[in-house]
Amino acid sequence: MTAAGWSAALAFFGIVALLTKPLGGYLARVFEGQRTPLSPLLRPLESAIYRVCGVREDAEMTWYEYAIALLLFSAIGFAYLYVLLRTQAWLPLNPQHFANLSPALAWNTAISFTTNTNWQFYSGESSLSYLTQMAGLTWHNFVSAGAGIAIAVAVIRGVARSQTCRLGNFWVDLTRACLYVLAPVAFAAAIVLVWQGVPQNFSPYRQVTTLQGGAQTLTGGPMASQEAIKEFGTNGGGFVNANSASPNENPTPLSNLLELVLMFALGAALTYTYGTMVRDTRAGWALFTTMAILFFFGFAGAYAAEAAGNPLVHQLGVAGANMEGKECRFGAGASALFATVTTDTSCGAVNAMHDSFMPLGGLVTLANMQLGEIVFGGAGSGLYGMLGFVVLTVFIAGLMVGRTPELLGKKIERREVQFAILAVLVTPVLSLLPSAIAVMVPAGLATLGNHGPHGFSEILYAFTSTNANNGSAFAGLGPNRFYDYATGANMLLGRFAVIVPMLALAGSLAGKRAVPAGPGTFSTRSAVFVALLLGTIVVVGALTFLPADALGPIAEQLFLRHGVTFR
Amino acid sequence: MRPLIEQTRVAALLAVVTIALLGGVYPLLVTAVARVAFPYQAAGSMVRLGGRVIGSAIVGECWTSPACLHGRPSASSYDPTATGGTNLAPTSAVLIAQVRRRIVRLRRDNPHAVLPLPIDLVTASGSGIDPDVSPAAAYYQAPRIAAARGVSVARIDAVIARAVRPRTFGILGEPRVNVLAVNLALAALHPRPGAPARSTRARRRQADAARTRCAA
Repeated sequence: MTAAGWSAALAFFGIVALLTKPLGGYLARVFEGQRTPLSPLLRPLESAIYRVCGVREDAEMTWYEYAIALLLFSAIGFAYLYVLLRTQAWLPLNPQHFANLSPALAWNTAISFTTNTNWQFYSGESSLSYLTQMAGLTWHNFVSAGAGIAIAVAVIRGVARSQTCRLGNFWVDLTRACLYVLAPVAFAAAIVLVWQGVPQNFSPYRQVTTLQGGAQTLTGGPMASQEAIKEFGTNGGGFVNANSASPNENPTPLSNLLELVLMFALGAALTYTYGTMVRDTRAGWALFTTMAILFFFGFAGAYAAEAAGNPLVHQLGVAGANMEGKECRFGAGASALFATVTTDTSCGAVNAMHDSFMPLGGLVTLANMQLGEIVFGGAGSGLYGMLGFVVLTVFIAGLMVGRTPELLGKKIERREVQFAILAVLVTPVLSLLPSAIAVMVPAGLATLGNHGPHGFSEILYAFTSTNANNGSAFAGLGPNRFYDYATGANMLLGRFAVIVPMLALAGSLAGKRAVPAGPGTFSTRSAVFVALLLGTIVVVGALTFLPADALGPIAEQLFLRHGVTFR
Repeated sequence: MRPLIEQTRVAALLAVVTIALLGGVYPLLVTAVARVAFPYQAAGSMVRLGGRVIGSAIVGECWTSPACLHGRPSASSYDPTATGGTNLAPTSAVLIAQVRRRIVRLRRDNPHAVLPLPIDLVTASGSGIDPDVSPAAAYYQAPRIAAARGVSVARIDAVIARAVRPRTFGILGEPRVNVLAVNLALAALHPRPGAPARSTRARRRQADAARTRCAA
């Protein structure tokens, strides 16, 4: 580890921390319908959209109307992308004449983008047309992130409001998230990325003869516009196969820093939005602190593992960090940082190949997802996932002291705890069960890239990543029809089986009367609360996943120490 | 049922409108601004020599001539249409065998090297088109390049030293050397070796050799 590596991580986190209050406050204003600096420009457009689409702006929805609106929109988005992928060969903006995707791959990719997962079984530069990339994937990057933010805001309203059954209007929240938040930031970030070298054009690929006489095909496309929203919306689906490891998507250490900040920005800001909307900003900072602690633990572990390097390579007489699957401009520090951030959030973009990480570096990425993507988390999904843990923590704390648990003056009762448990259990159940099935069927083992414990890690990673809607991969695991369909189904459940209970929980909380805090009220802004929340997250994550992790990365680490390799 | 139909209509219309705005207007607007503000980068940072495009400044390519600086092993033989890494695990016997082969080849190709073997020359990059090597990897190759060009090692070292890009703001990323930039500088220094072959057949032979040499 170097001082520069740590300084870069601290500088990065400092920027995120500085952005949290202004961006979080801005989000609160946007979703409370107040005027913002962008209103003069965007308000007429917003009103026009509502007029054209027939949205009644002031008609608020109950939790199930809200959920149905989301499901309807997601279903239409899925069908649209599926059709686009299956017909791209006949549509314009396809200079490479790429064929239509197979039904299995189209289904997997369409779900992947609808659910904000962006699992990459597709290979962008060799199979997707420019039209698919921009009108299909870039659009999904916006609206799946916008939907996530909308859900988070609805859940916050559930906590903040009392004695109502209304959580807001999904169409309005979605439109505002895209128009006021995602689009302006993505636009600015895209221009900065082009400045740093990310291509943005519609030219066909170019055949060149290199200085030495070799032939090379240089790719192109509207990359920067996709790259910006890919990170800011925590989507993570690459324009090209190598994702942000490719110098086309991520050409410099500075573009890397920008992409890192974009990934964390919304998750961090939403903690402040939460604090503002429930009129207790310190409760928001308590969530921020909890997330920050988990982030730094993860980064320290991953960085230490990658910087230490591979002892099996060292034995051959070459010293240095683990550079397999890493880029020279990033090195161990920026790669470990990116890997930590991308798995803390549900982004899943990668600037180095996680499959080639050291066992303990890979364990960090796996564990981050196993905690449920709540360390700042995905655009919106991080906050509502974390609020599930908050309810659980408040409940456990209440049990410990024998008082009725309360969250910001509202009694947490059977119904709320049931919904919270349901949401929290989705990740472990739907990561572990399919992994267990996959190791028992031939199709599940047919496309492994590595063998031994690492092969198991690849399977576990695939189902954890798709279920947590992360989308990064131990990419040695190749696609086949089993994985196309199994991970596709898992992505759907991972998204909606969390959202629906969380909305139900919010609806239930919104209906309650808030009692003013008394001397016995358990504060959700104290250090004690942060410690308890951390404990709950780690215990739930560790208890459920430790046995599986012991078979994967932990076993691999032990083998590595004894110099054992696998064919 | 009525509200459900109405909501479906809203969902479909909002999808159409946002596809037009975010999937159409937004990327086109970025393209328009990018083309005006940063035309070189927007087009892919194409490097020209004598009016002919010979590569991209940000995309690595395969180098085999002993007179040129070589890049890293690549899982895709430096094909930008098939980017990616080897995805081999640290405990993979395949990886260790690959590293072993690379060490043997590096020692053979660089008999006069005095510096320790650099880690980035024995490991494949993440993208398969890493345009850089570490300064250590560049200096390691200097004696070979100098011998092939018949100049002093100090002159090659000087070319490399000018191409070293430090960490951004002193902390971001790692110090690095763009391989193409060094090779262009070398070509200007001493233009004969490493120039493209004249006949098509010889060029094809070079290209074939390149593909096998740069495979991970």
